[in-house]
Amino acid sequence: MIAMMAVGAPTTLVHLSKVDLVIIAFYFLLVLAIGFYLKRFAKTGEDFFLAGREMTAWVAGLAFVSANLGSLELLGWAGSAYQYGILAAHWYWIGAIPAMVFLGVVMMPFYYISKTHSVPGYLQLRYGSEASALSAVTFAIMTILMSGVNMYAMAVVMKVVLGWDINFSIWVSSLTVGIYVAAGGLFSAIFNEVLQFFLIWFGALLIPILGMVETGGWHGMVARIHQNFPGQDFTHMWGPMRSFADNPMGIHWTGIVFGLGAVQAMGYWTTDFLVVQRVLSARDIRSAKMAPIIGSFFKMAVPLIVILPGLLARAVLPMHLFPASGLEAGQHSYNEVLPLMLARYCGPGLLGLGITALVAGFMAGMAGNVSAFATVWTYDIYRPFIRKAAPDQHYVSMGRWCTLIGLIVSIGTAYLVMNFASIMDYVQALFGFFIAPLFGTVLLGMLWKRVTRAAGFWGLLAGTLSSVGMFTLMKLDHHWVSVFALSPRAQGLAQDMYQALWSCVTCVVVTVLVTLLTKPKPDHELKGLVYALTEVVHEEHTRWFHRPVVWGAAALLVLVVLQIIFW
Amino acid sequence: MSERHHIIPIWFFVGLLLLVYGFLILVSGLAEWSHPPATVLANLHAPVWWGGLLVVLGLVYCVKYYPRRES
Repeated sequence: MIAMMAVGAPTTLVHLSKVDLVIIAFYFLLVLAIGFYLKRFAKTGEDFFLAGREMTAWVAGLAFVSANLGSLELLGWAGSAYQYGILAAHWYWIGAIPAMVFLGVVMMPFYYISKTHSVPGYLQLRYGSEASALSAVTFAIMTILMSGVNMYAMAVVMKVVLGWDINFSIWVSSLTVGIYVAAGGLFSAIFNEVLQFFLIWFGALLIPILGMVETGGWHGMVARIHQNFPGQDFTHMWGPMRSFADNPMGIHWTGIVFGLGAVQAMGYWTTDFLVVQRVLSARDIRSAKMAPIIGSFFKMAVPLIVILPGLLARAVLPMHLFPASGLEAGQHSYNEVLPLMLARYCGPGLLGLGITALVAGFMAGMAGNVSAFATVWTYDIYRPFIRKAAPDQHYVSMGRWCTLIGLIVSIGTAYLVMNFASIMDYVQALFGFFIAPLFGTVLLGMLWKRVTRAAGFWGLLAGTLSSVGMFTLMKLDHHWVSVFALSPRAQGLAQDMYQALWSCVTCVVVTVLVTLLTKPKPDHELKGLVYALTEVVHEEHTRWFHRPVVWGAAALLVLVVLQIIFW
Repeated sequence: MSERHHIIPIWFFVGLLLLVYGFLILVSGLAEWSHPPATVLANLHAPVWWGGLLVVLGLVYCVKYYPRRES
């Protein structure tokens, strides 16, 4: 193993010493040991798929944020920060915080009180099997494909940064994840996500600290960026979005506020089961409501270790970085900005910690995907459609096998992508097709008791198909970018925002129209599922500083202050 | 963390990880004190104080959350 990891190739970005390798090896040993230790506790379905529903708000909250904080997320957004400047921070602030607070304060009570095990499970209770099956099947397929795409992308990064063999990276990390998730289920996944959270922070925080020392603080960094890239604005968040032409992303503020903040972020953070599953593991409803709000404070701080290094790279790196496509020999891509900064400041030991943080992020992301896949497959596809009334132990076994089978399919996807690289873009786009309409379907179902079974299904289907249609048209003919994204200058991220917005609007319109034409469910079938028929626990008798709504408001206040500071 | 299962708290594992990593990084930083690596700001000896910080935090977590038998 060490021989495979030994890095001496002159083309790699960094070179690991013995102490770095020991640090990486210790991480692998520890996660496997934790997996084997937790196996004895994952005996029932609720243990294996929902970690016994006994996590504290802090553990569930850190796992909630951490499941999203994969290494590709870190590398990709650090690269985006280099490319687009501080505009990329919108995906961590307005593109996350309001949605997390909304999940905690408004939506979590319905998920929790209904005792659902998954988001498709909620759709099953609220609408019936059609909407649930559509959501479950698309989620299961997309999750596993995404896992494979991420697996391949990470293996490529490891090859570029460290010179590791691609096959070695894919198999060793996948087998490790497979063993510990199949053993301990969601217990293992959550434990390792919390470990990863600490690793990422302690592995990456030195970059902004030393970067600020080198540049002489924020103003020194901004001055250097202006000196290196005159006439370009990389350090303001809202000012450059008055028109599509004023910023490198080609986006208008309406795209960020309505497309990202109101739809895509809401869709991801409140209905993507990969993250919602972590909150469902909370031990009581107050913990379930607090978990995403605790997570929101940490999410707000992530730009410190992701966006700031990207900006610092503009100020201190002696070379310019370029898009990954069309790189010439000796050039580096945007996505290599974090490893480049790591190599700039970190010697033996610290380098191992930083690389372990990236590997841990990758493995935790994969564990999140396979644990969510195993739950949705077992509870939302296998149990309702294949074998209805089996003993609990049977479903636990199915979950364990699903974890391993899911990983094997992911590995297959990784090799498929290796041979047909263009598939990667399409798989990533596919995942986005389902999130925005799903938010419309879930939210309408929670807030309006009149919405009917047929409306839930047809609204979701129409929203998804409209998203696919817009994506296809924009790829085939650039003229459609002006139509859907409101400007021919709109780049990929800007197109995604408007596509999400219109697909959600389509879903809502179709849902409302079909609702008005069809017969609603009787009230007694909707108790605990919709706002008007659910007795939500009130917190008048709780001290103010224990109330989720107070902390949610505090998170939103900090968000507003940050927007003003970096306007 | 768990009332039903009596699982060793996750915070103990976090402490163990920080302690081991802190120790390795601190020792590595001390060993290279007189001949630091060719990184920017190597004169600040980041591995020494960062490793020291990890050791302290790791110790705090390990001691506070050390798994004790239920009486």
